[in-house]
Amino acid sequence: MSDTARGGMLEPHAWGGLSFQERMATAEFRIHHTPHIVVDGRVCADCSTRECVVACPAALFVPTAEGGIVFNHEQCFECGTCYLVCNREGAITWSYPEGGHGVVFRRT
Amino acid sequence: MTDVDVIVVGGGPAGSCAAITAARAGLDVVLIERGPFPGSKNMYGGVVYPRILDGLIPNWWEEAPVQRWVTRRSTMLLTPTQALTVDFRSQAWGAPPYNGATAYRPDWDHWLAGHAEAAGAQLITSTVVTGLLRAPSGAVIGVRTDRPDGDLTAKVVIACDGVNSFLAKEAGLYEHTDAKHFTLGVKETLALPKEVIDERFAVRDNHGVDIEILGGTGGVNGGGFLYTNLETLAIGVVLKLTKLGAQKARPEEIIAGLKRHPAIAPLVQDGELKEYSAHVIPEAGLTMMPKMIADGLLVAGDAAALCLAAGIWLEGVNFAMASGMYAGEAAAEAVRAGDLTAVGLAGYQRRLSDTFVLKDHRRLKRAPELVLSDRVQHLYPQMIANVAERMFRVDNPDPKPGLRRILAQERKRAGVRRRDLARDGWIGFRSFG
Repeated sequence: MSDTARGGMLEPHAWGGLSFQERMATAEFRIHHTPHIVVDGRVCADCSTRECVVACPAALFVPTAEGGIVFNHEQCFECGTCYLVCNREGAITWSYPEGGHGVVFRRT
Repeated sequence: MTDVDVIVVGGGPAGSCAAITAARAGLDVVLIERGPFPGSKNMYGGVVYPRILDGLIPNWWEEAPVQRWVTRRSTMLLTPTQALTVDFRSQAWGAPPYNGATAYRPDWDHWLAGHAEAAGAQLITSTVVTGLLRAPSGAVIGVRTDRPDGDLTAKVVIACDGVNSFLAKEAGLYEHTDAKHFTLGVKETLALPKEVIDERFAVRDNHGVDIEILGGTGGVNGGGFLYTNLETLAIGVVLKLTKLGAQKARPEEIIAGLKRHPAIAPLVQDGELKEYSAHVIPEAGLTMMPKMIADGLLVAGDAAALCLAAGIWLEGVNFAMASGMYAGEAAAEAVRAGDLTAVGLAGYQRRLSDTFVLKDHRRLKRAPELVLSDRVQHLYPQMIANVAERMFRVDNPDPKPGLRRILAQERKRAGVRRRDLARDGWIGFRSFG
């Protein structure tokens, strides 16, 4: 993914010497092979706001050079931000991961 | 004949408290959690106010998984170069029955679910409830799960399935879901040695600090928080969903901005990131609340939007625990009386209305909108900080200007209209006064 495809501020940021990948690696995800969220890139193609790209705390929505959006479910917090900010009917089909899978926040 | 008396969906604070009261009333209760353990999916800023447990778990403080007791509470107002803090501390809050405590939700929720099991509820983990089972009349008679042959029937279903509550939505209890009623909370848990935290925050032993922050979120309406755990800090921001996209600012970037602020940076310096996490918050209180009762169904906790986001008061777990408790009691009442309709379950509404759960929300119904309004977010902090700066600045050889003159000048300079200030002041007074 090139910087130009994301465009300036939309790039997930590295802070304090920590890359975004390293930031995400601090949370535990028990990944299930079946995506619990499905994004229909055809519906996204002519969306100009693309609030999901900015708002998703895990930066899972990545614009492509061709004008679509690529989504990967693996490091999802299951928060609901994407479907709440989305204004395109049918773009995001949202459910929870299979029981026991997905994000697992840490105990002490 | 149903499989069980009560199905509680969701092993968070609402669900576990519902399971405790229903099971203690002698009902056959199943508590279903989609994560591998209760609390595994749950995240919040970090402070819980547990006094509602006094009746449910006597001397809860002797066993609850608390990080630190909050004995120091600060409200901080930030501009890019200024900070004004109101700081209160009370030694009374460091002894039973305490006030607020910092705690990790995976610990707290896991502990509460243990009490539900001890009361006789059957805990089923790693199981997603995928929908409601309905009678031809529309009454809820059970749930579908993602297990093979996973249908389970019950007399009453209590939906404590969190902020996204697909069950309350499926039952038609939400009129609409609007992004403007939600905020996104993102948090960093930063490791630091206990002695360093004690020294930086001027506390000892297991005493801790709760700092609520207005104005540290850049152009995005919201707020910040900084809490002390025993050997970590929790720092984060709460961001209005509809402003996040519009401002083209990423959540982790806004936390980074807060951490760089001159008033915050020395407090969090060298903290090593242990966990980055995020969760959505039902922010709008009474404005967004669904119906909480249908035939065979009760809704509690975040699923019923019972979170209280009123600026100086930011609470949720206590509202969840209370509403869950009352839902379990009302379910038991309905089962005993043999009336599982919304009428038979009306004891839930009565309990919510008679207690802080709805009393606080009614009193503060306009507070969430006021707190997140553009004036409170972007104009007033600058105005107030400038007033403070001029009050404490010695401009010799000029004489002191006097507070009234400073107020009038700074109001004008910040571009605040008298009429707006009066209106917001009135709403604030009606809410908090």
